[in-house]
Amino acid sequence: MTAPTTHGAEIHQGGGNGHGHDHDQGHGHGHELPFWRKYVFSVDHKIIGLQYGLTALVFLLVGFSLMMLMRWQLAYPGRPLAWVGKLLGENAMPGGVMAPEFYNQLGAMHGTIMVFMGIVPLAVGAFGNYVVPLQIGAPDMAFPRLNMASYWAFLPGGLLMIYSFFLPGGAAQSGWTNYPPLSVLTQTAGQTAWLFAMVLLITSSLLGSINFIVTIVQLRARGLSFWRLPFFVHAQFVTAFLLLLAFPPLEAAAVMQLMDRLAGTSFFLPTGLVVSGEQWKVAGGGSPLLWQHLFWFLAHPEVYVLILPGMGIVAEVIANNTRKPLWGYRLLVYSVIFIGFMSFVVWAHHMFMTGMGTTMSTFFQTTTMIISIPSVIILTCFLMSLYGGAIRFPTPMLFATAFLPMFAIGGLTGLPLGLTASDIYLHDTFYVIGHFHYVVAPGTIFALMAGIYYWYPKATGKQMNETLGKVHFWLSFLCMNGIFMPMFFQGMAGLSRRLYDPTIYAHGRAIQSLNVIISWSAWGLFLAQLPFIWNFFSSLMRAKAAENPWAATTLEWAAPSPPPHGNFPTPPVAYREPYEYSVPGHTSDYHPQFAGEA
Amino acid sequence: MAEASPYAADALIPHTVEPHPVTGIPNGKFGIWLFLASEVMLFGALFSSYVVIRTTAAHWPPEGGLSSEILNVPLATVNTAVLITSSITMVLSWASLKMQNVPRFRLWLGATIALAFVFLVIKYFEYTHKFEQGHFPSHDNFYAIYFTLTGLHGVHVIGGIIVNTFLLTAGSRMWATEPERFTNRVENAGLYWHFVDLVWIFLFPSLYLL
Repeated sequence: MTAPTTHGAEIHQGGGNGHGHDHDQGHGHGHELPFWRKYVFSVDHKIIGLQYGLTALVFLLVGFSLMMLMRWQLAYPGRPLAWVGKLLGENAMPGGVMAPEFYNQLGAMHGTIMVFMGIVPLAVGAFGNYVVPLQIGAPDMAFPRLNMASYWAFLPGGLLMIYSFFLPGGAAQSGWTNYPPLSVLTQTAGQTAWLFAMVLLITSSLLGSINFIVTIVQLRARGLSFWRLPFFVHAQFVTAFLLLLAFPPLEAAAVMQLMDRLAGTSFFLPTGLVVSGEQWKVAGGGSPLLWQHLFWFLAHPEVYVLILPGMGIVAEVIANNTRKPLWGYRLLVYSVIFIGFMSFVVWAHHMFMTGMGTTMSTFFQTTTMIISIPSVIILTCFLMSLYGGAIRFPTPMLFATAFLPMFAIGGLTGLPLGLTASDIYLHDTFYVIGHFHYVVAPGTIFALMAGIYYWYPKATGKQMNETLGKVHFWLSFLCMNGIFMPMFFQGMAGLSRRLYDPTIYAHGRAIQSLNVIISWSAWGLFLAQLPFIWNFFSSLMRAKAAENPWAATTLEWAAPSPPPHGNFPTPPVAYREPYEYSVPGHTSDYHPQFAGEA
Repeated sequence: MAEASPYAADALIPHTVEPHPVTGIPNGKFGIWLFLASEVMLFGALFSSYVVIRTTAAHWPPEGGLSSEILNVPLATVNTAVLITSSITMVLSWASLKMQNVPRFRLWLGATIALAFVFLVIKYFEYTHKFEQGHFPSHDNFYAIYFTLTGLHGVHVIGGIIVNTFLLTAGSRMWATEPERFTNRVENAGLYWHFVDLVWIFLFPSLYLL
């Protein structure tokens, strides 16, 4: 192979007018890739999005199953569950009764799986990958191979996490936060596997976030200025920055904890650490608080990674179904950007009880109150968008509407936790669990469900069954609240989280009936997902839906459903702002971004 | 190489070569800058941890003495010179490509890779000397930080060697089909390489001298 010294003449430069769309036609069509290239190691953002989506839904179900197991122990502490005990073996459930170590593993892994392998891959990996390039009128992501690498770092990370259950001693058991010294001193391989798996998952997110930012900045269609982007794209854009900048510190922390566990260093182990009455033999000099700072430096922006894409989806669905432009579109965008910045300076409100000092606590209490303002603005904008609309209520809109009060409950119950005085009482109780689950479960998961029902016709060309969808929604809505509302009462009654047996305390026994309600609601929630699973697959057999079944305005509906490789038959052009619904004097009640002046 | 690429989407994606009219750069360069931003956060977190642990220690290094007596300053000085030189050769290799001089490009890129190896070999001698004295990362937090930070930096050097070796061998086939895109790739690899160099410029004084 010799490299010729030719000049760069034969390379086409896109005409030098700055628009690279001119020569887009004629490439890449008309030849079939082998199956494994097309569906397994695919570089097409749509296939990768679906891979992410399906994997994440499976992981969500796995994480949910772990919780359903825990709910048995919480509702009926110590009562044997014979057939499950046989299934899981004597180590996990001796005689059908859950072992405390196994309970801890379930708790740690439920959090890890739900956050890092369920919600983030579904919200960012799936919806981001599938929808963002379509909404900005791009043929694909900016770096298709990087996109593929992102998925193929995510999948082994996820599988390693699941596999850690089968290691001797089981999976990680120090909570999803993995606080040292406990997490360093626990001598099971599961904790090490957790750290390695996290490094893979973080790498996957990093690669994805670079791709999203470059794609959104560089690959927007002609005419699609920043103020014409759908709110969903803005939300994904800010999310990508959070992933890009917040995840590396956790990667650093994971490396240090790996060193502590494998090389015997003391990054997180203090001097004079005594374990079971004996001096622990390490050099010491480290700081357990250091881990907490590094962890929450990621994990608080991570909270916004979990919620912002959900807000983006809700915005799309609300605008579409109220048949009105979003109220306060620019306000929404400014708020989401402000949240992005602020989310980097609120992390230590998770650490008021660590003794880091009142000066620190006051600072973080103040920033936490400040960041609640843009969140309330966003919610208010959504509510105002509903006002005066002739609202239709298909399944996606049901989920999107339900998101509003659910997120409001989750957000507002967070304020007492962000204030140091009330946090002293509520810290590490079930109140906290209720608070953040209201944000993430009936909040984000409802938004993601809205997204699935809303963009299913885009990805498959078919529409999901409405009746099953409504059954799914109403049962889920009921069960979600049955699960998380009682937790506030448990927490205010003083019940600690992470308790293996809540009835060991008198105050726990007094409110044990709440645990029974919660557990049955959780199992009910599982049953409520069965119509969804059936609907998801059986709808594939339905007749072809209309090209633009929701009569939507954004660019993704300019492409055929499902979009072919390269997405758009001709590069789309954005002529106007994203939510031109019910324009006075226009012939129909929507005026798509991509429709030229008629 | 000339038949339809299995990654046919590449052909459709705007701004793989020609710069975006607003940002003024092609996709790849934007991507590498974002990647470096995340790297700043990675090393930033480690440096911050170093600051926290060091400022809370009664004495640094914990076992007494001075960092500059415990670590081998002359070898590290040589290594600093080696890395800075390699950054220069990296720029020269890119500049040679810009001037269509492929043999010169190969020479300078080869020199960059060779210098990276020199750095690693010197690092190897430093490490083994510490191990011979029984000073492992577990010895105390001074060594923990020294080995973790320089180790992670070393991994980045190895990453640079892999990327540059690819550009020197199989990757350079792109020169025949898309010379401008290939030149950009070399530039991006160079940006990464300068960052690896820069990290060392921070590591050397803060670990060895202070």
